[in-house]
Amino acid sequence: MSGRYEIRFSGAGGQGLILAGVIMAEAASIYDGKQAVQSQSYGPEARGGASKSEVIVSDGPIDYPKATVVDALLALTQEACDKYSHDLKEGGVLLIDSDLVKKQPAGNFKVVSFPIINTAKNEIGREIVANIVALGAMVALTGVVSKESAEKAVLSRVPEAFLELNKKAFNTGYEKAVAAKK
Amino acid sequence: MAKKVAFLQGNEAAAQGALYAGCKFFAGYPITPSTEVAEVMSAELPKIGGKFIQMEDEIGAMAAILGASLTGTKVLTSTSGPGLSLKQELIGYGCIAEIPAVIFNVMRGGPSTGMPTGPSQSDVMCAKWGTHGDHPAICLVPASVQETYEEMVRAFNLAEKYRTPVMVMPDEIVAHMRERIVFPEPGELEVINRTAPTVPPEQYKPYDTSFGDVPPLAAYGSGYKYHVTGLNKMQDGFPTTKAEIVQAEEERQVRKVEANKADIMKWEEYLVDDADIVVVAYGSTSRSARFAVNEARKNGLKAGLFRLQTFWPFPEERLLEISKKVKAFITPEMNLGMCNGVVKGCIEGNAPVLGIFRVDGEPINPGQIVDKMKEVK
Repeated sequence: MSGRYEIRFSGAGGQGLILAGVIMAEAASIYDGKQAVQSQSYGPEARGGASKSEVIVSDGPIDYPKATVVDALLALTQEACDKYSHDLKEGGVLLIDSDLVKKQPAGNFKVVSFPIINTAKNEIGREIVANIVALGAMVALTGVVSKESAEKAVLSRVPEAFLELNKKAFNTGYEKAVAAKK
Repeated sequence: MAKKVAFLQGNEAAAQGALYAGCKFFAGYPITPSTEVAEVMSAELPKIGGKFIQMEDEIGAMAAILGASLTGTKVLTSTSGPGLSLKQELIGYGCIAEIPAVIFNVMRGGPSTGMPTGPSQSDVMCAKWGTHGDHPAICLVPASVQETYEEMVRAFNLAEKYRTPVMVMPDEIVAHMRERIVFPEPGELEVINRTAPTVPPEQYKPYDTSFGDVPPLAAYGSGYKYHVTGLNKMQDGFPTTKAEIVQAEEERQVRKVEANKADIMKWEEYLVDDADIVVVAYGSTSRSARFAVNEARKNGLKAGLFRLQTFWPFPEERLLEISKKVKAFITPEMNLGMCNGVVKGCIEGNAPVLGIFRVDGEPINPGQIVDKMKEVK
């Protein structure tokens, strides 16, 4: 990998997107030995409202900490998809929740979709881990951090009692994205 | 042994830097986007015998840290725009009574409540002119998580060394972004403590200039008794209206910083030597500027970056020198021209100073700066 790789996690406030970004960046910078910066933008609402978390990964120093052209975008709500997909790179990748984002933006990029929140709720058993399902999927789609590092970073961030739950969420997301990409 | 590393937010790094410097007292009132500093201090201070107080408001918090500092303790408060406005009267009190204190202020949109979660750089003039009257001003403007940590340590050193309040002002982007940080080992960074009196209590005067422009400061509770007031004062701390004393004391208070600018000021020059266009920037905007300078150089434009690490004192002399050989300066900033005006004020009209000003809660991106460079004839 050379130069900057830019990832944006977007959705509604309260969906855990900032944490997903933090874990991705931690995987890159602490476990994979790359450079990473994570930043965020959110409204005054504690819940709801469009929210985004951006991660820049690079082999060298990172100057501008925000996204310029996005290589990979996650959108968990229609509002976030409408608001944050304008600067998605040609040839980039867009991951959307197929239940919640019905109107796909037009553009020359790959769209991958599966019911992310529904997967968390019904297959893993807890809606709250939707961000980790999405993170697993983004790790698979971007290839910018290793699966092992990302899993380690996830597990270092969650309480003991929820290790298995999060591990399952991460791996399910990863596998679903691999399958959906084909 | 490998050094300890972590992936930290600017605000978390600020709190860790304060602890490294020996901060033992924090008083504050939570406010976005600086609350994480209070969160870390509230968790860490009790573990090391320090005190954390959530006060009734920002005014009370400022008063509390000044009082605590006089007991010989290193003190911190953290806040953001509206809180900084509230603290101003007591910041002036800290300046005239010459009390070491560190004020960490994360810049968000303003005036008033403004845009609490949006980034801004619009408090830099408030750092100098927020409180009334002539007074010394020190304001550090870090641009990364590592630098926020290290500059917090330096802020405590400057406060102790010059007996005056010191401000550290990252913008919201620097305060909230996360980067890898390498923690310095104990002893690796210089830690300065205030000078204690060498005379016995009965001979002690808190503003005794026979010891120089920064007189030793006794700790309350250590047997030394003295008077502290916001009025113009004599060497023993009691009020005076005697013209020659007031004039001399006011001048000394300002001189503490002015005469030691070389020790306090910090900046970084990147590709400035042969530059036709010099971008003067600070905080997160300086990171956009560096990106833009690199892009410009790839396209054959001779651009450079002058990155301010202290906003006050401002490196006037150096910018005047640079102004003699450049075609233009560009000042990108998240306000309507605060740094722009200061640069214009110190370069004697030698070059145009083009501004890029944003107050919409969005960062200035590298493309905007490159576009502005193309306007330079």
